[in-house]
Amino acid sequence: MKTKRNAQLLQGNQACSLGALDAGVRFYAGYPITPSTEIAEFMAEELPKVGGKFIQMEDEIAGIGAVVGAALTGTKALTATSGPGFSLMQEIIGFATMTEVPCVIVNVQRMGPSTGGPTSPAQADIMQARWGTHGDHPVIALSPGSVLEAYTLTIKAVNFSEKYRVPVIFLLDEVIGHLREKVVLPELNELEIIDRKRPTVSPEQYKPYAVDESGIPAMADFGQGYHWHVTGLNHDETGGPTGKADVINQQLSRLFHKLDQYRDEITLYQTFDVEDAEYLLISFGCSTRSSLAAVELLRNEGIKVGLLQLQTIWPFPDHVIKDFTKNKKGVFVVEMNDGQLCLEVERTIGNRDLLSRINKINGELITPQEIIDKVKEVAL
Amino acid sequence: MQTTTNIENLFRLNRLPHIWCPGCGNGIIVNAVQKAIYESGLDKDKTVIVSGIGCSSRATGYMNFDTLHTTHGRAITFATGIKLARPELNVIVLTGDGDCAAIGGNHLIHAARRNIDLNVIMFNNSIYGMTGGQFSPMTPHGRLATTSPYGNLERTFDICKLAECAGASYVGRSTVYHVQLLVNLIKKAIENKGFSFVEAISICPISYGRRNKLGDAPKMLEWLKEHAVNIKAAQKMEPEKLKDKFLIGEMYHGEAPEYTQLYDELIAKLQKGAEKDVR
Repeated sequence: MKTKRNAQLLQGNQACSLGALDAGVRFYAGYPITPSTEIAEFMAEELPKVGGKFIQMEDEIAGIGAVVGAALTGTKALTATSGPGFSLMQEIIGFATMTEVPCVIVNVQRMGPSTGGPTSPAQADIMQARWGTHGDHPVIALSPGSVLEAYTLTIKAVNFSEKYRVPVIFLLDEVIGHLREKVVLPELNELEIIDRKRPTVSPEQYKPYAVDESGIPAMADFGQGYHWHVTGLNHDETGGPTGKADVINQQLSRLFHKLDQYRDEITLYQTFDVEDAEYLLISFGCSTRSSLAAVELLRNEGIKVGLLQLQTIWPFPDHVIKDFTKNKKGVFVVEMNDGQLCLEVERTIGNRDLLSRINKINGELITPQEIIDKVKEVAL
Repeated sequence: MQTTTNIENLFRLNRLPHIWCPGCGNGIIVNAVQKAIYESGLDKDKTVIVSGIGCSSRATGYMNFDTLHTTHGRAITFATGIKLARPELNVIVLTGDGDCAAIGGNHLIHAARRNIDLNVIMFNNSIYGMTGGQFSPMTPHGRLATTSPYGNLERTFDICKLAECAGASYVGRSTVYHVQLLVNLIKKAIENKGFSFVEAISICPISYGRRNKLGDAPKMLEWLKEHAVNIKAAQKMEPEKLKDKFLIGEMYHGEAPEYTQLYDELIAKLQKGAEKDVR
C-alpha cells in the first residue's frame, strides 16, 4: 500500500473535503450552493467508497438537521454551504450548540447580503459565524488562507468539534475554495485525530450533561442502550427539560464558558516578519495573501511591516492581538467586508487612533497596492 | 438486546405527570405508540424516537429510549440523518399537524419520496395548542381559532393522500377513539420497510373544542366515533352516506425500494469493485 504522499495540485474545496475524510468524517448532508458545491460532489463520490454516507437534502435546514442526527449516532458529520444556506442553518446550529452535538459547518463565503454575488468572494460572515443563531453561545470558527490550510484546518475543525462538543464553523471564502495550489499533504500517520469522549459508566449511572473538571460531558452514541434525552429546551444534567432558574443558570454558565479554559489550544495563527515590525497588518483567509505580498513590497522600500494571520477567528484571540499590537506605530485590519474583524480588534486594543481599516466590498480582491497605499499614507 | 418485559419500562416514569391539558388526546396516542413498539418486540436499545416542537412533540421526554426533541418542523431531517448513519436502528418520528403539515411539510414529502425507513406518527389535533390556539393546515374550513377569529378561510390538506402521492409506502389514519386500530396501523408501519405515515386524529378540548363549542373531551371522542368510517366499509357505502364523514384504516400499502438499503448496496458494490482494483 502506498503511504508516502506526493505533491499534487488541489483545489481548496477539495482539500477541505479530503481533510474531512482524513479526520474521520463519514456523513455528509447538504444542499447545492455556489461556491461550495465541489465539497458535496467530492463527498458524493468518495464517502460510499469508505463506507460513509452522503445525502443531498431538500434544503440547507434539512442538511444541518440530518448532520446533527447522524452525529448523535457517533458518526463524524459535516455539511458545506454558502451565505444564503448558512443563514438558513442558523437555528439548528443553535440546537447543536445547546445540545452539545459535534459537527462541522463549512461556509464558503460569497458576497451578500441576499443572493449578492454567488461567484464573487467576500469575507463578510465573520459576525454571522459568531452571532448568527439566537441567544448567548460559545462558538469556534476557523478560516484558512491557503489550500494546504483548507486541509489541515478542516482536520482541526473536526477535532475541535469532537473534543469540545460544539458545532465548528469553517470559514472558507470563494478565493481559497476555488484556488488551485500545489500541496504536499502531511502523512496520515502524522495526523492527530480526536474522537469525542464516550461514557465509561453504565447506562443507569449515565448523566448526559454531568461534567468533570474538563467541563465537557461524555457523549453516548444513540443505539448503545443509554436511553438519553436530547432537547433544545433548557435541561438539567440528566438531559430532561427544566424550568428551575438555578439549574438553568448553572448549565448555561457552563455552556457559555466551556471553551474558556481551552482558549490557548483553540487559538491558531501565523505571523510573518513581526519581530522588528513597526506596523502590523492583521488579516485572515484570502486577504492574507495580498497582505503577505504587501509586506514583502513594503519591506523592499524600507518600511518595517509585519503580518498577523488569524486562523482562529472565534473565540476571538484577544491576548494574541494585544501581544502583537504592543508598541506598534500603526495597525491595519485587512478584510473583504465593510469592517467586521476590525470591530473586535478595536475592542481589544482600545485605541482607535492606532487602527486603520482596509476593506473592499465590490467582489474584487484587495490588491497588495491598495494595502501599500494605505500603509504609506500612515507611515510616511 | 434489551427485550421489554413490561410496558412500564418504556416510560420515564420519573418525568410524569405530563404537561398536557385535561382531556387532551396526546396521551392516548403515546400509549398506542408504546403498545405498538411493545407488541412488535422492538429492541429498546435499537429504537430512537424523534420529535419536533409543539404539544405532541413533548412526548419524547416521557419515553424511555434514545430520544431527540428537535426544532420546529425539522424532526424528519434529524431522523433521516440517524437512519442513514445507522440503518439498523428503528426510527419513529412523533410530530403534530403544525410541525409536520406546515413548517415541516417539505421534509415530509421529500422523506416520503425517498421511501426512507422512518415511521412518522402525526398527532392531528387540528390546532396549534402549545402557542394557544392558532389555526393550522389541518384546521377545518370555517372553524374558529385565535388567528381565524371570523372563521378559517383556508382549506385543509388530506395529509394521507399527500404522503401517498409523495411516495410513502405505508399510510394509515385512525383516531384517539379507535385506539386498537391505531395500534395496529402503527405496528404495520413499523413492520413496513420504507417510509410509513400514520395520521392519528386527536382532540384538543381546551384550545380548539371550547372555542368551536364542540363540547368536552368525551363529547369530542363521540364525534370521532360518529364521523369516522373505515375505508373498507366505505367502499360498500353510498356517497350520500359518506357526506360529513372521514375515512380511517389502512389508506395505502405499496412496495418500493427503501433508501438506506439502496445506499448500503451501493457501498457494497463500490467496495467490492475496490477489491478487484487491488488485484
